[in-house]
Amino acid sequence: MAEPIIAIQNLSKSYRRDSLEIPVLSDISLNVPEGEFLGLMGPSGSGKTTLLNLIAGIDRPNSGVIIVAGTDLATLNESTLAKWRSRHVGFIFQFYNLLPVLTAYENVELPLLLTSLPKKERREHVEAALKLVGLADRMDHYPRQLSGGQEQRVAIARAIAGDPTMLIADEPTGDLDKQSAGEILTLLERLNREFKKTIVMVTHDPRAAEKAHTIRHLDKGELT
Amino acid sequence: MFVFRLVLKNALRHKLRMFLTILGITIAVMAFGLLRTVVTAWYVGVEGSAANRLITRHAVSFIFPLPLAYRDKIAGVPGIELVTFANWFQGVYIDKNKFFARLAVDADTYFDAAPEFLINPNELEAFKRERNACIIGEQIARTYHLKIGDLMPVEGDIYPGRWEFVVRGIYRPRDKTTDATQMLFHWQYVDERMKQDAPGRAGQVGWYVARISNPDNASAISEQIDALFKNSRAETKTETERAFQQGFISQSSAIIKAMNFISFVIIGIILLVLGNTMIMSARERIREYAVLKTFGFSAAHIIGLIGGESLLISCLGGAIGLAFTFPLTAGFAGSLPKGWFPIFNVEPITIILACSSALFVGILAALFPIQRAITTKIADGLRRIE
Repeated sequence: MAEPIIAIQNLSKSYRRDSLEIPVLSDISLNVPEGEFLGLMGPSGSGKTTLLNLIAGIDRPNSGVIIVAGTDLATLNESTLAKWRSRHVGFIFQFYNLLPVLTAYENVELPLLLTSLPKKERREHVEAALKLVGLADRMDHYPRQLSGGQEQRVAIARAIAGDPTMLIADEPTGDLDKQSAGEILTLLERLNREFKKTIVMVTHDPRAAEKAHTIRHLDKGELT
Repeated sequence: MFVFRLVLKNALRHKLRMFLTILGITIAVMAFGLLRTVVTAWYVGVEGSAANRLITRHAVSFIFPLPLAYRDKIAGVPGIELVTFANWFQGVYIDKNKFFARLAVDADTYFDAAPEFLINPNELEAFKRERNACIIGEQIARTYHLKIGDLMPVEGDIYPGRWEFVVRGIYRPRDKTTDATQMLFHWQYVDERMKQDAPGRAGQVGWYVARISNPDNASAISEQIDALFKNSRAETKTETERAFQQGFISQSSAIIKAMNFISFVIIGIILLVLGNTMIMSARERIREYAVLKTFGFSAAHIIGLIGGESLLISCLGGAIGLAFTFPLTAGFAGSLPKGWFPIFNVEPITIILACSSALFVGILAALFPIQRAITTKIADGLRRIE
């Protein structure tokens, strides 16, 4: 059996609020094979986003092991972890998180600026990514000139421009109307099917969950 | 390059806010520049004072005269090359609100001790020959359209009556620390009239100026001069010309200190204005910084973004403020009665202070937002709702 791209063992995470210790995730173990489209569902406060952040290396667990793409994230310091993220993880956020002062092209180019790619190659990557999401004709538009669905497509183009190992999507359709949400889900499905991208998606939306190969539920910090 | 581009775009994100912040900094730098110019103008006499000149005045106050007989005794002190003297005349020329220094001096020796007044030798000779001749600074000549041979009637106050002087020379200042607004005439001319009108006031001078061969001996020579007149009816106080000038300034020290203090309070105000803008901007963008960090952008990038924007605004405001300081000081000088400040220029030190203040404020205003943006965890930053 192939090595899982994400291997989580006995993961626990809690937050401190003043003197209170608030447990968020308790003893989570999870394996995600390469090319998987995993949906994480659960009520608000169940720890979905926290688990996503831990997998993406933007937060640290209290205990347990997270091995992603063959790397134990606990062994990386902040600066190496930042480089690791830029190589392996593409982020798709609920509120798109595009920089409003940059055009669609510049937003997509953003993660590539930290790579050693020359300008010409960066342009090729950006144009290919924008073409893939169907916004090649909007590359000079600013986020305020785009609809919510278009903004999220730019965010997806930004996430895939660097050809990361996996895509992390936190409620990618949470801020969209039904039609736009459908387009985004189709796009994610295509990225998984045609480009074999591993996708871990947090969602409340049952239609979004339908697109995932596997659904795991979180409740009170535990996987069910 | 990317950071620089983003700095520019971020700075222009809230155009009104940026405009108002730059306007605030501009006005503050102008006020700072004006106040510093006033302070430096006050000190210009001190800057221009010679190291090899001692001033001997009455020990009680400058306003009390000294006997003319002291001159030869002072001249006998070893280390002294030349002794001359002067008297404060005051008086009114045309308009009492337009002031310039009018001094009765020893015509034969005064200009030998004052090489900072550049004068044509022929004009100096003509001045020495004629009892009611005077020499004026080129700025006075310009202001009152005076030329050689013109008459300058002065209405006396300390020395009452009408005094008529003939312009026989116009001096140029050696450098910009030299006052070009003085009128100098024969002490003997004044003294002769005092002998007739007020004999009790004849034979008296305001202060002596002694040129010494070695400035290192200034202190010892000063003590020797003062020792000559110890326990006399007119004891003396001798000090370097610099100390003498500073003594004048100390009479206004409270005002100068207040202006100095206010000028630095203005720097504090700039800091608050810019600090407020930067804190607001960074707080609004905390989520964007988290996104950048998510993609792998480092703390150095964040420092570059926030620090660059802060420096851009402060330097822009500082540069515009400094540019407007020149016409502002010129306008201010024009609104003052003539002669208040013989030299009123924006000095290099004022420009340096304004520039370094803008830089300092730009850096300082960015520190707190930078610290906040760097230390906010990515997960916390992403959760932030604008």
